[in-house]
Amino acid sequence: MLRFDKVTIRQGDFSLSADFTVPAGRIVALLGPSGAGKSTLIDTVAGFLAPDSGRILWQGTDITPLPPAARPVSVLFQDNNLFPHLSVAQNVGLGLRPDLRLSADQHAAVSAALHRVGLQDLERRKPAALSGGQRSRVALARMLLRARPVMLLDEPFAALGPALKADMLRLVAELADETGATVLMVTHDPGDARAIAQDTALVDGGRVAPPRDTGTLLADPPPALRAYLG
Amino acid sequence: MARRAQPLGAALPLGLAAGALVLALSLGTLGAVAWRAEGGTGLSPADWAAIRFSLLQAVLSAGLSCLLAIPVARALARRRFPGRGLLITLLGAPLILPVIVGVLGLLAVFGRNGMLSAVLDPFGLGPVNIYGLHGVVLAHVFFNLPMATRLILQGWLAIPSERFRLAAALGFGPGDVARRLERPMLREVLPGAFLVTFLICITSFAVVLTLGGGPRATTVELAIYHAFRFEFDLGRAALLSLVQFGLCAAAALLALGAALPTGFSGGLDRPLARWDADSSVLRLQDAAVLSLAAGFLMVPLMLVVVRGLPGLADLPPAVWQAAGRSVAVALASAVLCVGLALPIALAATRLGGARGAALQGTGMLAIAASPLVMGTGLFILLFPVANPVALALPVTALVNAAMSLPFALRALTPAVAEAARSHGRLADSLGLRGLARLRLVTLPRLRRPLGFVLGLAAALSMGDLGVIALFADPDQATLPLQLYALMGAYRMEQAAGAALLLLVLSLGLFWIFDRGGRVNAAL
Amino acid sequence: MKLPIIAAAALCAAPALADTPVLTVYTYDSFVADWGPGPQIEAAFEETCNCDLKFVGAGDGAALLSRLQLEGSRSEADIVLGLDTNLTAAARETGLFADHGISADFDLPVAWDDPTFLPYDWGYFAFVYDKTRLETPPASFTDLIAAPDDLKVVIQDPRSSTPGLGLMLWVKAAYGADAADIWAGLAPHVLTVTKGWSESYGLFLDGEADMVLSYTTSPAYHLIAEEDDTKAAAAFAEGHYMQIEVAGRLAASDQPELADAFLRFMLSDAFQAVIPTTNWMYPAVTPAGGLPGGFDTLITPDRALIYSAQEAAQIRDAALAEWRDGLSR
Repeated sequence: MLRFDKVTIRQGDFSLSADFTVPAGRIVALLGPSGAGKSTLIDTVAGFLAPDSGRILWQGTDITPLPPAARPVSVLFQDNNLFPHLSVAQNVGLGLRPDLRLSADQHAAVSAALHRVGLQDLERRKPAALSGGQRSRVALARMLLRARPVMLLDEPFAALGPALKADMLRLVAELADETGATVLMVTHDPGDARAIAQDTALVDGGRVAPPRDTGTLLADPPPALRAYLG
Repeated sequence: MARRAQPLGAALPLGLAAGALVLALSLGTLGAVAWRAEGGTGLSPADWAAIRFSLLQAVLSAGLSCLLAIPVARALARRRFPGRGLLITLLGAPLILPVIVGVLGLLAVFGRNGMLSAVLDPFGLGPVNIYGLHGVVLAHVFFNLPMATRLILQGWLAIPSERFRLAAALGFGPGDVARRLERPMLREVLPGAFLVTFLICITSFAVVLTLGGGPRATTVELAIYHAFRFEFDLGRAALLSLVQFGLCAAAALLALGAALPTGFSGGLDRPLARWDADSSVLRLQDAAVLSLAAGFLMVPLMLVVVRGLPGLADLPPAVWQAAGRSVAVALASAVLCVGLALPIALAATRLGGARGAALQGTGMLAIAASPLVMGTGLFILLFPVANPVALALPVTALVNAAMSLPFALRALTPAVAEAARSHGRLADSLGLRGLARLRLVTLPRLRRPLGFVLGLAAALSMGDLGVIALFADPDQATLPLQLYALMGAYRMEQAAGAALLLLVLSLGLFWIFDRGGRVNAAL
Repeated sequence: MKLPIIAAAALCAAPALADTPVLTVYTYDSFVADWGPGPQIEAAFEETCNCDLKFVGAGDGAALLSRLQLEGSRSEADIVLGLDTNLTAAARETGLFADHGISADFDLPVAWDDPTFLPYDWGYFAFVYDKTRLETPPASFTDLIAAPDDLKVVIQDPRSSTPGLGLMLWVKAAYGADAADIWAGLAPHVLTVTKGWSESYGLFLDGEADMVLSYTTSPAYHLIAEEDDTKAAAAFAEGHYMQIEVAGRLAASDQPELADAFLRFMLSDAFQAVIPTTNWMYPAVTPAGGLPGGFDTLITPDRALIYSAQEAAQIRDAALAEWRDGLSR
């Protein structure tokens, strides 16, 4: 399980606190207005920001002192998830070895991962020659190969159309299910939460509320969430 | 701020080491010269005159370069015509032109026996006199107008096209556009462009030597040269070099508020769609401005080519050997320059804030350094442990690399910052570190600016005469030195051929590297 | 890495070199150029000396002295060849030179009794012009001053060029206290002042100036090497200042006998006969074969002007101030 133990993060005047636990294998949506601190929380789990106090624990181990790459997490950013000068296969291969010196088995694993996300014929393409949805699939394929138990999604599909976004969310849910991964996904759209997240946590007013069952929460939103949903 | 300290890896120690090396090359060599001096004489009235003249000519040169660059940049920004891309590329040429070649070209146009005098002669005018303060300024404008134009053009292209659309929708005329859009941009861009040009001009040496016309036209760098040559007064040379650092630092502080121009490279081929400048008067005006600028910059170069062709055929083998050595030094210098600039840029970006700026500032020191002091200081430092003459070529490559470093840092640092901003976190999260990160991320992401920097450093080294002259052994002569040797042996036709060879090699090296950075560069 | 290669080469070459002593001669660049005297002289001396004569070019005359001052007594040089009398006082002051102890019959217009430095060639400074462009050249400095302003000369900076220094002393020797006024009068005619002789001569040949400060022997180059008789030197009534180029032996030399042999060789025909058509100067001791054809067409000044080394060193700074102020007026 992923535990936020009295975590506070301060950035200038802004501060965010979180104190809750996410059971392993759950998909949790972080819902809230822009500027509320959703991405800040993701960056802290990923290791790009250090909390000012408190700890983040994975399966009982404190991961706060670890550098980003050593944490049990994979991240999908809002954009720039692929290196534009590397091919699709190379971008995915980075998930196995950062120096790209891949063995034959690892090459096969790259192909299999691309196959899984439906990009089997595009290994040699550069990202510029892909559609937005295809780029997301490449990033997901790499995530699959990294096989980290926690997946962090910082609104990576925000620029996609509704149908494509739905496809991607479904793929995320499938991959999480296949690998047993825990997912934290940022969104400002309650529809996304409804689509795949069992639980939803409201981020507002400098605090991350403990996650609750998505259906119950959205059916009877507390005042802050009601104000946000309008 | 809860920004997590990222693992710095090798970038920081390498960057600091490169910074320390630059510091040793600029201020350390000055210290060595001062230490070796046996009592100084202080500054003479003639030295003060040199300081005044340095400032005067640099202010005039930089002011005129920037002033003239405004209409040229405006015309380039708002016109689309065939050959526009080529013209912008050619605008890069004078910056990397060996000074001696540029001066020969200018003399062919503006000399007493030049083209302009020949044109004026039938009207009973002329001959034109290019020697003196005005000649120095003219030459500096020739070398720096293109760079000023590029810097200002970048300012124009940085104005979002939506603003021009909005201006068109609101019915702005050219005057309104100038007032509301262009002047605010110029206020931001001009101080930086002025500073860069000023710093290049204030240390001018070869131009003033040839075109100064007499003892009135003496710059500080020239006074340093005389202190070495005539009096062998190392103390005064060190003192003057310190004065030169002071002048440059003062200028930099004065312009501190100004945003320094960042890129010397990259995407200037995007023309701006404009709706306010459609009148035929403005079209004619822009056409005239561009023709004059192109003529001013290109005719001297063409004359170097025309005059050099006959001598090219029978260049002595020594010239070809010198050319080979020059190319080798230029390549080594280019690699060294990147080897210094890249760690400094990476470390400065990682450090950020005041410490990052300080490291970058150290790298910029070389722009104020005197190559003569640097060379002599290195000689003093090396002599007890090695034969400086045997090391002449490596030392030349190193000093030339340091001299190109300020340009390299200005081109590289923004690109490094942009690469860190766009893909730094992705690389961190994937655990890309060390050599793998350099190979897979940093170098490919920086290909364009690296190509530009390699080309620039190679070209600047190619044309440099400075430090090799102190160490030189004719067996190790570089091409510019050989060119002087030919002139010194009454062999003017061969010297013209060597000048053409130098021109072709300098521009060729720049073109190959710059091109290499662009071809197949995925964005 | 180049070092191992160099080290290996040195190891291989060491046994061969051990038998042959090396005599190192610092000189100016143009002396060692392919077309300069260096190659012929090296070949001739090595035939007799059973040694390896190594010329090291170090810029020009003044750079040569700076280089020596920087290196001090640890210099590799055994001989320095290429200073002139305007530099010998400063060179002597370094205390690095040893007396030569050689006497010879010099064919110089002036007497020579310097115990430390030996002359190997000499010449007169002069303004060179193109006969096809300038029909009646000025015959004196006052003539030049009185000429129309569009008669332009190009000269060299005394602080960086030996001919430039020569001209400064020439005016001083001819006009003494009036030197500053002469410079002020010359100022309108001075097209520009260049760093070295090369740039000046280049400007002159390109037609930029009507006359250039050079040597009376310069026309001989055009005549002999290019069969071009259009260049001539203008004879000045005030007389012409001389340049005497000298060599000296370093006290710290590890090859004193060889150095001595070289200085003696320097005054022999084998060396002196090479000088006129490679260095384009007069030999210090006229060789048995006389001067080459063409030298007889050169002007010979009525009066040879020259300061002794001590005088030159004493008046140098004051003359420079006059030069600077006069030309800046």
